Amino acid sequence: MIAIIDYNAGNLTSVKRAMDYLGKESVITDDYSQIINAERIIFPGVGAAGRAMADLRKRRLDRAIIEAFENKKPILGICLGTQIIMEMSEENDTECLGIIRGRVSRFSGGSSGMKVPHMGWNSVILKRNHPLFQGVEQGSEFYFVHSYYPVPDEPGKVLGETDYITRFASFLAAGNLAAMQFHPEKSGGPGLKILANFSEWDGRDYVE
Amino acid sequence: MLSKRIIPCLDVRDGRLTKGVRFKGNIDIGDPVETAAQYYRDGADEIVFYDITASHERRDIMIETVRRVAEKIFIPFSVGGGIRTFEDMRLVLLAGAEKVSVNSAAVRDPKIISEGAEAFGRQCIVLGMDVKKVPVSDSIPSGYEIVIDGGRQFTGLDALEWARRGEALGAGEICLNSIDADGTKDGYELALNKLISSSVNIPVIASGGAGTPEHILKVLQDDKADAALIASMTHYGTYTIKEIKTFLHNRGIKVRMNW
Repeated sequence: MIAIIDYNAGNLTSVKRAMDYLGKESVITDDYSQIINAERIIFPGVGAAGRAMADLRKRRLDRAIIEAFENKKPILGICLGTQIIMEMSEENDTECLGIIRGRVSRFSGGSSGMKVPHMGWNSVILKRNHPLFQGVEQGSEFYFVHSYYPVPDEPGKVLGETDYITRFASFLAAGNLAAMQFHPEKSGGPGLKILANFSEWDGRDYVE
Repeated sequence: MLSKRIIPCLDVRDGRLTKGVRFKGNIDIGDPVETAAQYYRDGADEIVFYDITASHERRDIMIETVRRVAEKIFIPFSVGGGIRTFEDMRLVLLAGAEKVSVNSAAVRDPKIISEGAEAFGRQCIVLGMDVKKVPVSDSIPSGYEIVIDGGRQFTGLDALEWARRGEALGAGEICLNSIDADGTKDGYELALNKLISSSVNIPVIASGGAGTPEHILKVLQDDKADAALIASMTHYGTYTIKEIKTFLHNRGIKVRMNW
């Protein structure tokens, strides 16, 4: 069973529908014990970091995610979920989970005249292969909608990068945690492939 | 670099397409769900549903259509046309649409933009603008006026001023439809798209007038638009999405080629 963490942060049903389409059993839940007992966990989200962290803390779900991470459960972060695993977000000056060291910064479109949010289809340049990208064609594009992006301290945690205003980390991995700034559930075939890979993933962050 | 988006628009009335859609080698399809699924498989980057259901009571049919579409396609799609209230927005988004588009309702009550953006995020809110060319005057300095109710009603609003105001109110995107070019298949209204795109800092979808891939190329070049809305050129099997994208790709426009 895959637990999709429910913390009032939008787009949960689209992740659930994608898992249904793939025939993978999943449940949207905010129940602490259901989350730590799930086989694997998806941590999605659209919204603002400040409110999201407050909601997580109120339901002790911050603890559930950290505990599941320490117990080596496969975890997938999506969009805001990916930002919240960092230490700190500039959005509402929010202290986050700190599973990956580093911060979350805002795009500054200003001088470049480029539009913020970064919204639409963009490619992910993989620095090395990862089990979740097995069978995903190089150069595939994914759907992004965000104004903030993760800036990890350790370059080794960055597996994929995307160019928009700056070159930013769009795919992070730390052992049994994989996190992406784009929305695999809105990214057509390549996105569904990542979700299908996740539902079979053993949590190792390298490809033999 | 972001790719430019190609977005088919489907007109829906009472849960059915208003005109049949005929893909290459296929018979007419009247079901918006099947048609959307086919466009998804063919490489559309996003899909727009334009609900022209006259009676408000039949809103449930559209919500049910949205729900069925969301089970089958895994790219963003938006719904416009029938969105009159905050509650309409909420229901359509809950049913699985990524975005809602407001047009006449926003002219009548601009608060709907800010309320929607606040509740759902600005990326969900598209400002649909129907625009007609008029003589330049003190009240319409850009020479483009906003019309509503399917183009019948002039509003006295200057299109440029309205676009900027929509952005300030919280719209995350503008769908810019030229009433003059709509249905002509003579190409998009380039001057209008250039004017609006260069004046706001949110994406602009060009709409109205597409007849050939060359028309799409012209409006996407030099950042006159971030996306192109198409209808008849693919609905009747004249072109496939793949043919259009290959044409653009070969001429240096970045478009999504794997799906």
